[in-house]
Amino acid sequence: MDRVAIVGASMTAFGERDAWLRELLAQAGRECLADADAAPTDVEHLYVSNMASGEFEGQTGVPNALAHDLGAMPAYTQRVDQTSASGGAGVYAAWQSVASGASDLTLLVGGEKMTHRTTTEATDVIASLTHPVEYKHGVTLPSFAGLTARRYLHEYDAPRESLAKVAVKNHKNGLDNPHAQFRKAVDLETVMESPIVADPLRLYDFCPITDGSAALLLCPESLADEYAPDDNYTVVSGVAGATDTHVVHERDDPTVMGGAVESSEEAYEMADREPEDVDVAELHDMFTILEFLQSEAVGFFDQGEGWKAVEEGVTDRDGELPINTSGGLKSKGHPLGASGVAQIYELHQQLLGEAGDRQVDCEVGLACNVGGFGNCVTTTIVEEP
Amino acid sequence: MSLNAHRCPNDHLTYPGHELCPDCGEEQTDTIDLSDETATVVTWTTNTATPPGVRQPNSLAIVEFEVSEAPSASESRTESDGDDSVRAIGQLTEDADVEIGDEVRPVYAEELRDPDAGIREKASQEWDGYRFEPV
Ligand SMILES: [Zn+2]
Repeated sequence: MDRVAIVGASMTAFGERDAWLRELLAQAGRECLADADAAPTDVEHLYVSNMASGEFEGQTGVPNALAHDLGAMPAYTQRVDQTSASGGAGVYAAWQSVASGASDLTLLVGGEKMTHRTTTEATDVIASLTHPVEYKHGVTLPSFAGLTARRYLHEYDAPRESLAKVAVKNHKNGLDNPHAQFRKAVDLETVMESPIVADPLRLYDFCPITDGSAALLLCPESLADEYAPDDNYTVVSGVAGATDTHVVHERDDPTVMGGAVESSEEAYEMADREPEDVDVAELHDMFTILEFLQSEAVGFFDQGEGWKAVEEGVTDRDGELPINTSGGLKSKGHPLGASGVAQIYELHQQLLGEAGDRQVDCEVGLACNVGGFGNCVTTTIVEEP
Repeated sequence: MSLNAHRCPNDHLTYPGHELCPDCGEEQTDTIDLSDETATVVTWTTNTATPPGVRQPNSLAIVEFEVSEAPSASESRTESDGDDSVRAIGQLTEDADVEIGDEVRPVYAEELRDPDAGIREKASQEWDGYRFEPV
C-alpha cells in the first residue's frame, strides 16, 4: 500500500493575536502550501480542525471560507471538531482521505481564536463539553486535572514537585521555539509558589489560552517527490483514535487514560512499532499531570512511574526520550484546534533535522492529542521515509 | 428529590444513567436512590478560577457509594459480574474540609450555579442537585 507522506508544514506564531480565525487559518494554510511549492488549486480535500469558532467569535462554516480565501475551490471541505483533540482527529481524517485514494493532495489546517475572551469565559466554552451532572456543579477541565493529580500523587506516592518539573522542563524547551507563546524559563520555586488554581495544581501547571494556527499538507508517498524532492518529507506510519467515558468519574481507574492506551496500541500495530522505538514525543500537556498519564498510557513508562522519568531527566531534551521539545502546550500555548496539528509540525521539523536549537537525534516520533479529560484521544506515529 | 444510580439487569451501576448500560449494552431498568447514604471521598480539589455563574472558590469531590441493597433484577447474573459501588461527582458544602477516605453525606441544593450566566442553555438541563458534607 502507498503510504501517506507529509510534504509541507507550517505554524503561525502562537499567543495573543490581533487576527481572527479566518486570517489565522489563511496564514498557516498559505505558508504550508508555499513550504511544498504547491498550488492551491491542486488541493483536493481541505480539512479544518477547530473546536468552537461559533461559540468564540460567531463565525461558522470556516472550511468553506478558507477554501475561498486560499483559492482552493472546488476542493471538498470539512470541519473536524473533537474538542481539544480536533487537531489529531484532523490528522486522522486527512490521512484517511489520502490512504483511501479519495484525495491526492489534502491540506489540513487547525486553528482557534480564544484570547478576546477572558480565561474564565474560555474555560466555560471548553467546559461545555461536560455532562450536565458535571456542568451543573461548575466542573471545568482544570478541576478534573486537580482531582486526578491529587489521586495520582496519593496512589503512587509521587512528590508534588514532580509535576512542577514538567512545567520547568517544557518552559525550558519553549525558550528555543520562535512560535511559542511563552519564551520564558521558570524555576521550580516559581511554579511551586504560583497561585493555586485547582488544588493541588497551581497556575504554572496549566497551559494558557491562545490564538494560533498550524497546517500540514499530505499526499501519497508515490507523489511526494513532486512536492518534497530529495526525500524531504515524513511518513505517517501509524494513526488511530479512541474514546473513553464522557462522564469522567465513571472510569474504573482515574489515573489511567484509556483513550491513549487504546489509540496508541492501534497506532503502534499499524506502524509495526513499539514504545521503545520512539525517539521523540509530543504529549498533550494541557495540564502537567496529563504528561504523566499519557507517558504511561502510550507505554513509555509503567503505570505510576511516569513521574520518576521526569525527576531523572529521561524526558529532557538531552535525555533518553525527549518529550515536548516544542515546549508543549504549556509554553507554546494551546489554540484548541491547532494544537494536535502543531504537535505533528514539531515532529516533522525534528525528523527533517530542521528544528534548530531544539533539534534532537530521531527517526521515529509520536504525538498524543487529548480531547476533554481523555474523553477522546488520537495517537500518531511519524517517521523518516 | 433523589440522587439516583442506574442499574441494568446485570447489576452494573452508573451515575448518571445512560441510554444503554456502558458495560454490557442492556437497558438500565432500575434506580437506586443514594441521597440517604454516605460515601467515601476518592479525591477532591478546590478550584479558584471558576466560570461565570459558579461560586468562587468551588470545592469539588469524586465520592464512592457502597451499594449494599440486594440485587432485585436478574437471577441469572454471575456473582462476580455486578458492581457493589458507584461513584458520583459534586460540590462540597461551604467550608467543608475533607481528605481522601473521609466519609460524606449528600445535602440537597436548589441551584448549584447560576443557570443564566454560563454558555449552556438553561432549559437543556437541571441545575439542582447534591453537595457533599463531611459526616
Ligand atoms: Zn450492564
